[in-house]
Amino acid sequence: MSALKEDDTGRAPGRSQAGPHPLGGSADVPVGREAPSRALRFLTAGSVDDGKSTLIGRLLYDSQAILADQLDTLEKRAAGAPIDLSLLTDGLEAEREQGITIDVAYRYFATPRRKFIIADAPGHEQYTRNMVTAAAGSDAAVVLVDITKLDVTQKPLVLLPQTRRHALLAHLLRVPSIVFAVNKLDAVADPAPAYVAVREALLAFAKQAGIEVAEVIPVSALRGDNVTAPLEADWYQGPSLLQLLERLPAAQERKDGDLLVPVQYVVRDAVQELDGTGHQWRALWGRIAHGRVKAGDAVQIFPSGETATVAEVRLAGSVVPVVEAGQSVGVVLDRQVDVSRGDWIVTPGSVQPSQRFSATLAWLDTEPAQVGRKYWVRHGNRWVQARITAIDSRLDVNTLQVIDTHQLAVNDIGHVTIETQQPLPVEAYEANRTGGALIIVDPATNRTSGALLVKAALE
Amino acid sequence: MNAPASLDRLLPSLDHRHLDWLEEEAIFILRETAAAFERPALLFSSGKDSCVVLHLAEKAFKSRQADGSFKGRLPFPLLHVDTGHNFPEVIEFRDRRIEEIGERLIVGHLEDSIARGTVRLSHPLESRNGHQTVALLEAIEEHRFDALIGGARRDEEKARAKERIFSHRDSFGQWQPKEQRPELWTLFNTRIKPGEHMRAFPISNWTELDVWLYIARENIPLPSLYFAHQREVIRRRGLLVPLTEVTPLEDGETVETAEVRFRTVGDMTCTCPVESPARNSAEIVAETLQVTVSERGATRMDDRTSDASMERRKKEGYF
Repeated sequence: MSALKEDDTGRAPGRSQAGPHPLGGSADVPVGREAPSRALRFLTAGSVDDGKSTLIGRLLYDSQAILADQLDTLEKRAAGAPIDLSLLTDGLEAEREQGITIDVAYRYFATPRRKFIIADAPGHEQYTRNMVTAAAGSDAAVVLVDITKLDVTQKPLVLLPQTRRHALLAHLLRVPSIVFAVNKLDAVADPAPAYVAVREALLAFAKQAGIEVAEVIPVSALRGDNVTAPLEADWYQGPSLLQLLERLPAAQERKDGDLLVPVQYVVRDAVQELDGTGHQWRALWGRIAHGRVKAGDAVQIFPSGETATVAEVRLAGSVVPVVEAGQSVGVVLDRQVDVSRGDWIVTPGSVQPSQRFSATLAWLDTEPAQVGRKYWVRHGNRWVQARITAIDSRLDVNTLQVIDTHQLAVNDIGHVTIETQQPLPVEAYEANRTGGALIIVDPATNRTSGALLVKAALE
Repeated sequence: MNAPASLDRLLPSLDHRHLDWLEEEAIFILRETAAAFERPALLFSSGKDSCVVLHLAEKAFKSRQADGSFKGRLPFPLLHVDTGHNFPEVIEFRDRRIEEIGERLIVGHLEDSIARGTVRLSHPLESRNGHQTVALLEAIEEHRFDALIGGARRDEEKARAKERIFSHRDSFGQWQPKEQRPELWTLFNTRIKPGEHMRAFPISNWTELDVWLYIARENIPLPSLYFAHQREVIRRRGLLVPLTEVTPLEDGETVETAEVRFRTVGDMTCTCPVESPARNSAEIVAETLQVTVSERGATRMDDRTSDASMERRKKEGYF
C-alpha cells in the first residue's frame, strides 16, 4: 500500500501507517503496469491431512484477510494452544462436526498487486464432483502434495493416487496453469534431496499425462515457509507460492476470429430513434464467447439463419465502439429478425451445427447415468432435451487408463456419445469453454447431474 | 456526497479493471435472472449492498443518458421487508430513491405478520431480524415470486462462503446445504418446480472493499447513516448501541455522543455503528483498508451468539 497518499484531511489513511504490506514481495514488477489485468481464480486440491486448510489459512492470515473477531473465535477454540489456521476455512456445521470440508467454498484475499479468489475443493469421497465444480472456470490449480506420505528414497518414487487424480482432473477441465505445492517440508529431516526427488517424480508423471506444469513449489504451510516470502535456500531459487500466483495469467478466450455470442435476453419493447423513423428495435444481450463485434459488422442468427447488420453495440447501458470476448454486451441489429433467448449471434457461415457429439462426461449425481433416458442439457443459454446414446468407456482418474465399461456412477468420468433434440453449435471444449461445455440436469429432480466437455461433433 | 478527486489519490487500490470484471459478472447474473424466471424481484433494504445491486440492475437493463441518469424500466419490482424497526433515515432514503428511479416497490411488513399471528415475539423489544424470514416468505407466497435477487456476499460470513450464485430454496423456502447444485462455469441450473424459488446473488464475489470502491467510483447514493454523524450511543459489551426507543438505556449505563457511522443498516434493535470520522465513500475506502473487525462482528448483536448462528438462520430461509 506504499502508493496510498494522504487525503485532504491530512490523515494518512490505510495501511501506510502500519508500514509496508506484509505481502509486498519483490519490487521488480511496477504495480499497475505489468500487473495482471484481473483477479486470479484458483482452486486448491488436496486430500484430508495434506495441510490444504492450513495453507489457505496461511494465505488469508498473511494477507491480513483474517479479521480480529474471527481470530478471537479461533483463540477461544484453541484454549491457550497455538491457533489452528485450518479452522479459518471451516464453513458449515455438518463439516465442523465431521472435521472435514464437504463442499466447494470461496475465499477472497488481495495483495497490493492482485486480487485472488480461492475455490477450495475438498479431496475426499465427493472429490470428483467438487473438483470439477471448482476447476470449471478457474485460471489455475494448486495441487497439494504431502511429502511426509511419500517414500523419497524409493526409485522411482511412487506418487499418491490423489495427487495424480487432482492433476488429471484439473488438466481435463483445461485449467490453464497447474502448480504443485510440495507441503510439510518442515517435517522432513533433509528437505533438499526430498524436494528434488518429489519434483522429478511429479514432472515425469506430468510429461507422461501431457500436463504442462507451471511450477513445483516447496512450502511449509504450518511454518509459512515459501508461501508468501520466498524461501532462502541454496537448493531452491524459484518464486514463493504467492509470487507465482501474482503473475500467472488469467484465462482468456480469443478475441480475434469468428464471433460467437449466446443470446441471453431479448429486449422486446424498446423503441428508439435509430434512423428517424422511430421503428421498433431489439437489443440482444449476451456474453461474447469468442471474437469481437462493432457497428457495421454482418452477423447471422443461429438457428434461424437470418442475417443482419449490427447497428450499435452496448456495454453496461452505454453505446461503445466495439465489444469483445468475455464482455456482457448488447447488440442492436438494423432489422427485425427471428431471435430468442438460447439462440446465437455468429459470423455468417461460421457455425457447424450438430445433433450428435462425442464428449467427456463427469457424472455428479448419486443416481447413475442412464443410457437412453431423456435429460435436460444446457448449452450456452439454450435448454434442450438430450440422451446419452452410448457410454463408451470410463476413465480411471488415478492412472488415466481407459476402462471398458458402460456404467457411470457418481464421481465417475467417461467417454460418451450424446444426441440432442435440436442441433447445437457445439465446439471442442479444448478450443472454447463456452462453445464446448454443457451441463446435464435430471428432469425428475432438477439436480445438476453431469458436466459434458465436447470432444467432437459427429455426423 | 462523494469526492472522486480524493478517491483518485487512493490509486492503485482503485483497480478499475477489477471493478469492471465484477460489474460484468453481476450484470450477467442479473440478466440471467430476468431471462430465466417469470416473476423475479430485487430485495432492496436500502443497505449499501442492495444499493449497489440496484445500480447494477440499472446498468444491466436501462440506457444511460448523457447526464448520467438512466432511461428505461427494470424488468422486476423491488421488495423490502420492513421490520417496523428501521431507522427513519433509511425509510426516508428508500422512498426518495424509489421516486427518483420510478420503479415499483413492494413492502412486506413484519407488523402484518405479527398481526396475522405468524410471528410471535417473546417480548416487545426482541430483535426482529430473525423474524424477517417469515414476512419475506409470506411476501414470496403472496406475490408468487420465483426468484429473489439479493446483495449477499461470500466474504461476509463463513456460512456464506459456500453459497451458490443461484441458490435453490424448496417449497418451504428452506436452504439445504447438502443438496446444493454444483455450479459449473456460468451454466446456471435455473430449473425449479412450482412453489419453489431461487435466490440469485449477483455480487457474491465482491468483498466489502470492492463494494466501497464501486460506490465511490459510480457515485451511488446511500442513506446518510453510512457517513460520519453525531449520535447518542451506549457502550455495551464492546459494541456501540444507538439510543433509540427500541434500544433504551439499561440500569447503570450512561449515554454519550459520539462521531459514528453505520457499516450495515438493519433492524434498529441489532445494528450498531462504529466510531469513525469518514464523511464520504473515499474516506470509508481508506478506513476499510485498515479495518480489523469483520462487518458482521462489529455491528450485529445477533451474530455474536454463536459461530454457527448465520448458518442456522440461512437454513430457515434467511436472506
